[in-house]
Amino acid sequence: MDDMNEILKEKERWENSTVKKSLEKFPERKKDFETFSKIKIKRLYTPADVNYSYLKDLGFPGEFPFTRGVQPTMYRGRLWTMRQYAGFGTAEDTNKRYHYLLKAGQTGLSVAFDLPTQIGYDSDHPMSEGEVGKCGVAIDTLKDMEILFDGIPLDKVTTSMTINSTCAIILAMYIAVAEKQGVPTKELKGTVQNDILKEYIARGTHIFPPEPSMRLVRDVILYCKDHLPQWNSISISGYHIREAGATAIQEVAFTLANGITYVQKIIEAGVDVDEFAGRLSFFFNSHNNFFEEIAKFRAARRLWAKIMKERFNAKKPASMMLRFHTQTAGCTLTAQQPDNNIVRVALQALAAVLGGTQSLHTNSRDEALALPTEESAEIALRTQQIIGYESGVADFIDPMAGSYVVESLTNEIEQGAMEYIRKIDEMGGVMKAIELGYIQKEIADSAYAYQKAIENKEYIVVGVNEFVKPEEPPKKILKVDMEKELYQKEKLRKVKESRDNSKVAEKLKVLKEVAKTDQNIMPAIIDAVKALATLGEISDALREVFGEYKEM
Amino acid sequence: MKKVRILIAKPGLDGHDRGAKVIARALRDAGFEVIYTGIRQTPEQIVNTAIQEDVDFIGLSCLSGAHNTLFPKVVELLKEKGADDIIVFGGGVIPPEDVDFLKSKGIKAIFGPGTPTEETIKFIKENIKGE
Repeated sequence: MDDMNEILKEKERWENSTVKKSLEKFPERKKDFETFSKIKIKRLYTPADVNYSYLKDLGFPGEFPFTRGVQPTMYRGRLWTMRQYAGFGTAEDTNKRYHYLLKAGQTGLSVAFDLPTQIGYDSDHPMSEGEVGKCGVAIDTLKDMEILFDGIPLDKVTTSMTINSTCAIILAMYIAVAEKQGVPTKELKGTVQNDILKEYIARGTHIFPPEPSMRLVRDVILYCKDHLPQWNSISISGYHIREAGATAIQEVAFTLANGITYVQKIIEAGVDVDEFAGRLSFFFNSHNNFFEEIAKFRAARRLWAKIMKERFNAKKPASMMLRFHTQTAGCTLTAQQPDNNIVRVALQALAAVLGGTQSLHTNSRDEALALPTEESAEIALRTQQIIGYESGVADFIDPMAGSYVVESLTNEIEQGAMEYIRKIDEMGGVMKAIELGYIQKEIADSAYAYQKAIENKEYIVVGVNEFVKPEEPPKKILKVDMEKELYQKEKLRKVKESRDNSKVAEKLKVLKEVAKTDQNIMPAIIDAVKALATLGEISDALREVFGEYKEM
Repeated sequence: MKKVRILIAKPGLDGHDRGAKVIARALRDAGFEVIYTGIRQTPEQIVNTAIQEDVDFIGLSCLSGAHNTLFPKVVELLKEKGADDIIVFGGGVIPPEDVDFLKSKGIKAIFGPGTPTEETIKFIKENIKGE
């Protein structure tokens, strides 16, 4: 082993002789180099520039602190799940896209719902005008959900659903579809996002005030624990926090701080941490700064493992594992020269894989303009397949470990995130920090700094602020026309006409009664969806009891 | 001379407010008075706020795909209320083919992804009405 002091001494010599001479002729491109998180980048990393204990800080894959991955053999056993987020128009349209994606080799489904569905409005609500089927599929009743999964056996696929405020309703519908297909709930595999805190922070599909919202989150987690033991009952999401402008450090910090808040909430319900923590999952963004992103995933895993072990006294390894889905960064896609996005996505996807993701969505090249066409969605999926099957990277476990650069960045991100978490703790926790607008402001400041950096060309965006050329608009763009909205409204009208309305009224009444108590709300919602109560009616019943959240 | 006042608004259900917040701040830094509505506003609410606040411009931001419905509605309501001297511009995830449609409906300019904030500031300066 080299003596660290010797290396430092030699490094200094190198700086003062070899480097100095070189700089006179070839100055560096910038005076200071730093990552998006403002981590200073040294000229060179040597063994003396990074401080870690292999056994304590890295360890072995599948073991605490999980820095090197959550599975013992990682992708040597099975590649990550290739899960493309998709949904548009009606359940009929989206069902067709799912069959197409599954045939193309996709290994899991991921449902995008339209905004009315996410915010608890039926397609015929005035607030829904113009939004029906636009950025996801419209679901009003159980009938739509049945169409959405028509011909897709729910015991054979895993399904991820991006749904938060109305999570309990959508999950209830999924359970009802499974029942119709004859699939026992204990066999269902998938994920609901169910992460309300980041809605207040960054994504904006909240309905109810924080307290009752947290109760709904808790009810879903506890219902799944008892009835859907293989289901990930929450996906604690940094993705949207990052999209809103956060840095890598902020993404880790605010996501894990939210995670802490959920764990506390469930423990307060009297449940032992090891009984549910194994079903918590996470969702991160993979952005442009390649090494920083890889380090971010590793740092998040290590920090979460420590939090679960030290703060919450978890005993089971599964409770300490940060399992996560990744999506490449939508906010880095450019409307200019959109085919360049294929390359951006490939690099971001590679970072996610080198960072040990469990599943991955790769964005399509045209998403700065509209929802992806089928052709663009296929290229995005093929990008993952090329990384997985051709590049050879999947044969190695945590291949960046031991890189002086990546280990150093991993340490810095972990420390930076811990610093934020400490600050939030001091404020009285995430709910308080949101109320004070602290987290939102931190993110908005980063977003503004990022925009400024692009405008003064500190960051180069190819095709946007450099290497610009006049161009033709892309030929093919996916359009969701207004006819879909009319069709969806008509379908809803027919369901309302043909169902037993007195039964619906009765189920909604029971639901409101349960909402007023502290009982688990899931059974009452399942009964209501089976009686064909609409998503909007159920949400309205809850609005009546819980009230609505007013921003600012 | 009265300071130029701008309302930045998020019509519809879309919660993506990064762009709206960034442009609001950039316009403020450029010396304009800026009011940001927050998310989830109906066209009626936006127009009412615009009139109450006596603004000169409304900037609409939408990333959900509902722009073709919501943006023209704001312009129509302004006309109905006799406030169509307020200039409306917009931004967001808007396909090029929709830009002409929106302009034909009275939206003065559309700033897509990647637009420098300078460009929007220039647009405002060029369209300030003489006293």
